[in-house]
Amino acid sequence: MSAETEPLLSVRGLTKHFPVRQGLRARGAVRAVDGLDFDVRPGETLGLVGESGCGKTTTGRMLVRLLEPTSGSITFAGRDITHGGRRELRGLRQDLQIIFQDPYASLNPRHTVGRIVAMPLQVNRITPPGGVKKRVQELLELVGLNPEHYNRYPHEFSGGQRQRIGIARALALKPKLIVADEPVSALDVSIQAQVINLLRDLQRDLDLAFVFIAHDLAVIRHFCHRVAVMYLGTIVEIGDRDTIYTRPQHPYTRALLSAIPDVTTLGPAGRIRLTGDVPTPLNPPSGCRFRTRCWKATDHCATEEPALTTRDDGGQLTACHYPESGPVGMPTGEPVEVSK
Amino acid sequence: MVRFLLKRLLLAVSVLLAVSIVSFLMFFALPRDPVTGMCPKNCNAERLERVRTELGLNDPKPTQYVNYMKGIFVGRDLGSAQGGKCEAPCLGYSYVNSEAVTDTFARVLPVTLNIVLPAAVLWLALGVGLGMISALRRGSLLDRISIGLTLTFASLQLYFVGAVLLLVFVYSLKILPTPRYVPFLENPIEWARGLVLAWVTLALLFSAIYARLSRAQMLETLSEDFVRTARAKGVAKRNVYGRHALRAAITPIVTIAGLDVGAALGGTVITETTFGIQGLGRTAVEAVRQGDLPTIMATVLVSALFVVVANIVVDLLYAFIDPRVRLG
Amino acid sequence: MSLSPVEGAALAEIESSDQEPDEKKRLVGRSPGQLVWARLRRDRTAMVSGVVLALFILAAVAAPLIQRLYGVSPNQQFGDLLDATGMPLGYVGGVSGDHWFGLEPGLGRDIFIRMIYGIRTSLLIALGAALVTTTIGVVLGIVAGFLGGVVDSVISWITDVALALPFLIFALAVVPTFSLRFYGPRDAVPTWFAVTTLIVVFAAFGWTGTARLVRGQVVSLREREFVEAARASGAGLGHMLFRQLLPNIWAPILVAFSLAVPSYVTGEAALSFLGVGLPESVPSFGRMIYRSIDYLQTDPAYVFFPGITIFALVLAFNLFGDALRDALDPKSSR
Repeated sequence: MSAETEPLLSVRGLTKHFPVRQGLRARGAVRAVDGLDFDVRPGETLGLVGESGCGKTTTGRMLVRLLEPTSGSITFAGRDITHGGRRELRGLRQDLQIIFQDPYASLNPRHTVGRIVAMPLQVNRITPPGGVKKRVQELLELVGLNPEHYNRYPHEFSGGQRQRIGIARALALKPKLIVADEPVSALDVSIQAQVINLLRDLQRDLDLAFVFIAHDLAVIRHFCHRVAVMYLGTIVEIGDRDTIYTRPQHPYTRALLSAIPDVTTLGPAGRIRLTGDVPTPLNPPSGCRFRTRCWKATDHCATEEPALTTRDDGGQLTACHYPESGPVGMPTGEPVEVSK
Repeated sequence: MVRFLLKRLLLAVSVLLAVSIVSFLMFFALPRDPVTGMCPKNCNAERLERVRTELGLNDPKPTQYVNYMKGIFVGRDLGSAQGGKCEAPCLGYSYVNSEAVTDTFARVLPVTLNIVLPAAVLWLALGVGLGMISALRRGSLLDRISIGLTLTFASLQLYFVGAVLLLVFVYSLKILPTPRYVPFLENPIEWARGLVLAWVTLALLFSAIYARLSRAQMLETLSEDFVRTARAKGVAKRNVYGRHALRAAITPIVTIAGLDVGAALGGTVITETTFGIQGLGRTAVEAVRQGDLPTIMATVLVSALFVVVANIVVDLLYAFIDPRVRLG
Repeated sequence: MSLSPVEGAALAEIESSDQEPDEKKRLVGRSPGQLVWARLRRDRTAMVSGVVLALFILAAVAAPLIQRLYGVSPNQQFGDLLDATGMPLGYVGGVSGDHWFGLEPGLGRDIFIRMIYGIRTSLLIALGAALVTTTIGVVLGIVAGFLGGVVDSVISWITDVALALPFLIFALAVVPTFSLRFYGPRDAVPTWFAVTTLIVVFAAFGWTGTARLVRGQVVSLREREFVEAARASGAGLGHMLFRQLLPNIWAPILVAFSLAVPSYVTGEAALSFLGVGLPESVPSFGRMIYRSIDYLQTDPAYVFFPGITIFALVLAFNLFGDALRDALDPKSSR
């Protein structure tokens, strides 16, 4: 990926606050996503990783405009798509699709597979050359399903097959970018690899760009060119996969990586145990959001929010006043909460 | 809590207002002229016109409505044609017998209450009891008989059952008097003997619905995890069913019961007609037949009031029974 | 696979009944509708009540034919078979080979053929009213449930108002005035007009139940990802409501519909019983029972024949609706 390529998707200051109401008065807001900046170039896969509740799914839904951003901007292929109604977005819908997490909830149980996959064509009134049925069968074949299963219903398929149907549906409009919202986390581990491999093949063959949302670092590592680590609605670190996985600078990234039960990444110091719970996004900590669980936090962290910039010659952007250095697994500096 | 109550009351008032407007429009816009019914045979157009003016029927419709509502809240003067000064709550005077509508209600409302409330107790006890037992003995002979019986009863017609009961107990066996209302305080035994057929008829039909509903609810609750957990923890069967499951199962039943009782108080039209008891329902039917507008309006308003109040009571009970419901 | 044992059995049955091992045919999936039909076929209650219903419907449709075979018309009077006080001669209200269910006291009309036509009237009104109320209820419920917010509040409020209005009193007042608006007090009101009036009155009050039911269903479905998938593809409101959501709530709607029909049979009879509704010349259950109550002591057979028939009709509908519910939702059949 050459850095000069014009980004396909460009996100600046993307924010989503969910108002919390009690009675008629507004009682603050859940700051689910709070000022994200990132780019995705054509054909590139960006992994969004973080604990549950960190705002990755909200981000994904804003990208495909299932949710209206509170502020910030989303630029796709040079067009600002942050706001705008259904009609203005029509062209966009074809280039930007989503794959959902739950293959059981994401397929209409009363529609045949053929109808499900053809739905995007139908609602956009597109008749592909050769007819809808032919196109649907091509798509089914593309995702490794028997095209003769056109007339079957979702309940006749396994979870992995269902997810393939969901992928075929997302591909129907020949999109340029697909947001994959935890596409494999509901599947059996043995099936996960198959679906991931399918996605990677599709990505290569069709030159698709992906925003790949997951909480599983191993899956992200397998699939993504670049990785963004999210914590409590913000990106704490973003960079190339290898940089992030081998030389993470943000303490949170280190903690996450050390939690992967994998002999190759399990360094001599073992696993970093984070104490405490994730603070509520209703009222996030001042300054650095991670400071309440960080072993390096100082008063400075509470007063000033660290900017997402290059630190200590690392290849990535990190939002931390006291970035780590060196390979993963060896936290440096102040007292460390280490077990085993 | 106060907030919730206020909100609920406001909603109730708005519903009642809407009901009053709708019924006013429908009934006062009738093409049937109520005055002709009031007038003895030989009355000319001029006299009719005079009566109409005195009744205020020639006023614009909005004025009539405002006057009517004013009567309810502050009372009004109806003029010499109809009994003169009318204290709040003034529901007007009957066009047919010139009795104040409030007086009519004071007479017939207790009759309806005495039919509906004991019947409701009967049908709830019978229905919920039967439903619970058949849920606990699911698949047994008792359960199957109960399902069959409840479906059968639910398919019966009130007037048909009433007619059969009348035939058997009053006309053939002659062990009950012709249905009538005797105030409880006057003679409790005659009170019961006079109304028992109406109670039984209502209870038979309604308990069927409740038996089915509570059986389904109870089965649903029994299959839930918390009941299984309680059983696994070793809580006695009786306590699980009695304390845990029943409480959860009863919530939707309360809703329906509230609405049914509210609606029934608004006039057990068919029951009263079948048994010839002069309650609110029969009064309403007669008023409609005679074009007695003040009585019709009042009946509609009062029965709507019952439904709305029942709704509020149900909501409050809900919050009481089911701690998951937040009032807010 | 999410196949319950029941579904599996149903599938096996369908598969074994597939005589031709045609490969192409075997790949065609069993739609949820086919599964329901298979389940329904194994339910004895459903089959019996279904057959009874079919007979009723057949009788209603073929009423003129039955009249020709039976040889008596519904408004024909047999005064010579009544005694001086107007009571039918013979036993059990004048039952005979010519008049299977006897004769009406007073007018001396044949009860059997009037009942056949009564079924026709009842079913016409009940099916019409159920169709209209279900349509209104589904549209309002689906819109309220999906859009939520102000629309939902407004529709809920209208529902509250409709529920607060006493139906019988309203119907009692409105039905006669409706006819008076269009016809003079002495004109004969045509049957179709009376029937339409009744359907309109039922429709005005009857939609609330279905609307509430559908609203609840939609609220539980609208956050599902398949709806979001449609939205993400640029689907409009109409597509999401009627293409994505509606097929998923057919089951409860169908059950509500099948249980609404008997309630309108009862409702029509109740109105006729109170003396409004259909003109005297139109045979109807309610009217027969209304007239018959006066003869409860002198001619009980007159009360029983229509009473039992309407009971059988309503019971068959209820049983069938119940079986349908079980077939549509296998979990509920316990």
